[in-house]
Amino acid sequence: MDFATLWFVILGFLLTGYAILDGFDLGVGILHLFVKGDQDRRLTLNSIGPLWDGNEVWLVTFGGALFAAFPEAYATAMSALYFPVIVLLFSLIGRAISIEFRSKRPSAAWRGWWDFSFFLSSATVVFVFGVAAGNMMYGIPLDAGFEHTGSLLGLLDPYSIAVGFFAISVCAMHGSIFLYLKTEGALQAQVHRWMWRTFFAFLAMYAVVTALTLATVPHAVRNFAEWPAAWIVVVLNVLAIANIPRAIHQGRPGYAFVSSCCTIAALVFLFGMALFPNLVVSSSAHPSLTIHNAASSEPTLKLMALIAAVGIPFVATYTGIVYWVFRGKVKLGKFSY
Amino acid sequence: MDLDVVLLSRLQFALTIMVHYLFPPLSIGLGAQLVITEGLYLRTKDRRWEALARFWTKLFAVNFAVGVATGIVMEFEFGTNWATYSRFVGDVFGSALASEGIFAFFLESGFLAVLVFGWDRVGPKMHFFSTLMVFTGSVFSSVWIVIANSWMHTPAGYHLVEENGRMRAEITDFWAMCFNPSSMHRLGHVLLGAFILGAFFTMSISAWYVLKKRHEDLATRSFKVGLVMAALSSVAMLVSGHGQARALAANQPAKLAALEGHFHTGEGPTDLYIMGWPDRATETVHFGIALPGMLSFLVHDDFETPIPGLDQVPDDEEPPVLLPFLTYHVMVGCGMYFIGLTLFGLFMWWRGKLFTSRWLMWIFVGSVLLPYVANQAGWVATEVGRQPWIVYGLLRTADAVSRSVPTDQVLGSIALFSFIYLALVVLWVVVLNEKIKHGPEDPATLGPHAAEPFRDAAARLSLVSPHRLTGDDASDEEEE
Repeated sequence: MDFATLWFVILGFLLTGYAILDGFDLGVGILHLFVKGDQDRRLTLNSIGPLWDGNEVWLVTFGGALFAAFPEAYATAMSALYFPVIVLLFSLIGRAISIEFRSKRPSAAWRGWWDFSFFLSSATVVFVFGVAAGNMMYGIPLDAGFEHTGSLLGLLDPYSIAVGFFAISVCAMHGSIFLYLKTEGALQAQVHRWMWRTFFAFLAMYAVVTALTLATVPHAVRNFAEWPAAWIVVVLNVLAIANIPRAIHQGRPGYAFVSSCCTIAALVFLFGMALFPNLVVSSSAHPSLTIHNAASSEPTLKLMALIAAVGIPFVATYTGIVYWVFRGKVKLGKFSY
Repeated sequence: MDLDVVLLSRLQFALTIMVHYLFPPLSIGLGAQLVITEGLYLRTKDRRWEALARFWTKLFAVNFAVGVATGIVMEFEFGTNWATYSRFVGDVFGSALASEGIFAFFLESGFLAVLVFGWDRVGPKMHFFSTLMVFTGSVFSSVWIVIANSWMHTPAGYHLVEENGRMRAEITDFWAMCFNPSSMHRLGHVLLGAFILGAFFTMSISAWYVLKKRHEDLATRSFKVGLVMAALSSVAMLVSGHGQARALAANQPAKLAALEGHFHTGEGPTDLYIMGWPDRATETVHFGIALPGMLSFLVHDDFETPIPGLDQVPDDEEPPVLLPFLTYHVMVGCGMYFIGLTLFGLFMWWRGKLFTSRWLMWIFVGSVLLPYVANQAGWVATEVGRQPWIVYGLLRTADAVSRSVPTDQVLGSIALFSFIYLALVVLWVVVLNEKIKHGPEDPATLGPHAAEPFRDAAARLSLVSPHRLTGDDASDEEEE
């Protein structure tokens, strides 16, 4: 495996970490508006209270790593997706504001507004990620200098919009299982019903997006011919999805959460399989950006791999410590949001 | 100049980076004070220090979260608006950014959770460790960002190669890239600026409590910590600023000439303007007050050697003069004010009149604005002074923008950012105000400490002998 391929894998790892971790807190945000009553909304918000900020760091690091390892792909993708990325950043700031400021005043109007804003920004972030992933799957028109030649409306094709809604369903399901783990009593009973509803919504969107992908994105499965072993991940993905309702039914929510994490990891893997070795697929006659023509120099990739090898064990340790300190059911205290 | 993508992208970058830079320096400066305050608590076991640490942590948390949210924008804006730049520098600049993510950001944001939410979840030692890690992370963060930025001013450790039909910079020597000629000077300057801001921030709030006769016991303690830190940092800043100006004379003479409004090289020694209004058209400084020969002295330690003026710079490489001159002089003026005020404050402390001089306390309440001004002004001076280059001598700003992004989309994004940043700053002030009104808790009402969970876990795994656990510590298990 050369260093460009290794960096493709490292980016996949960072994206997986981001999707699993921020996935549940974004999902909790999407569900937040359906929770009734200030006490329960605070519990919902505080279930992700100490965790969401750290989860977003995975996105920042993914961005930095993409910039460092594949600057051409970073530049092309970010400028091509200019407005979606701006909306994404806008929503991430709006979301941070909503979380930070919601409970700072007792007024019902104040809190009601921030509850809505928390919901809307969370849903928008996830939707835009889905649209971006859809565009990356399908490909965008590039010129000879790897500059995007399409328009803003061209990014909002039916396939990408379907992936956007699929992303919302994934996060809502993932978030509901997480919320179930963190809550008790009546709120938990309510969340139990949501786990089922979001699971079936996810299942329906999964079927739609799979069918659309097979019908309209033929290159998505091209790599399976070359590496048939990758079919194992597809099988594991189906098993993980099937295990979610089984575990919920058996009353083992932790197991359901692990299955949902595995499902997301498998989806990111399939996304990577659909792209590899491309990073930005060209839908025009000009060539795509691949891990080779978009990469930084070999010595830099090697050096950055060393930095990642030193850094990632530390990252895993901090993440472990924080999740361990904040394990157990969420309770409101004087440090809560 | 009409509204083209270059100008709009520059405006947007200026807006987003300036709003962002309201927050990280306070995180660093206040973080340093949290470390000192909690360290004093661990050492003295005086819970008044703990009450203070808890109070500053609340303000720190809001500031930090907003800093992260505005920081994510920066991480992606290079690609959205400056795609050509990103293609050119990704190998070098991207590496520094990615290192920041891996080494600094995870450290900060992970332990931030324990720092803010963990007071009753972990014991005092683990908490102190978390505070220390958050502070360390924020310093690491500044290291990598300053390295990346400094490379744009004084590129080193790279070579240019042709790739995909265009030139780009690639790292040849990682350490030379990191320790490029301006990075360490700039790092010291940035950190001291952050310490001064953090210290003035706590002094301002403490002085207000003293004036209102609230929490006086806590406020005077906190004020003294801030005053010592501010005085040390302000004096050190003089040394740092001097070193940076000398380095500037060697590395970016055009910028130095712009900062000093120095149009004509001349034969003799070069004067130093303390104030004035440079005029590009007539190449003079109006209303100028100058110290004769002082710039020559500061750069060369003699009153003879002339400093190269803007007449030595090719016309198409001349930076703007007015904005760098004014912002630079505002920054230096603020710096002098910090030295004067903090030394006077120390004198009054020694005379035992610090907290009884109400007028002085009022000055400290208002002075918190000036470190903000100084930090912003310093960056405007150095960044505008680098123009027309985005990477000094290698890539022009006008050539660095995204080619595929149309003007109306940049206008739209500026509108979006302006809206949310305005809301953000207003909310931040509102919430800050409420937290300040609420004030620190009474040290007598602070609850008992949680156990040290990692020591307990180690005991369960028989890493340390179980008899070291007290009955209280074991209560941690009930939660599970």
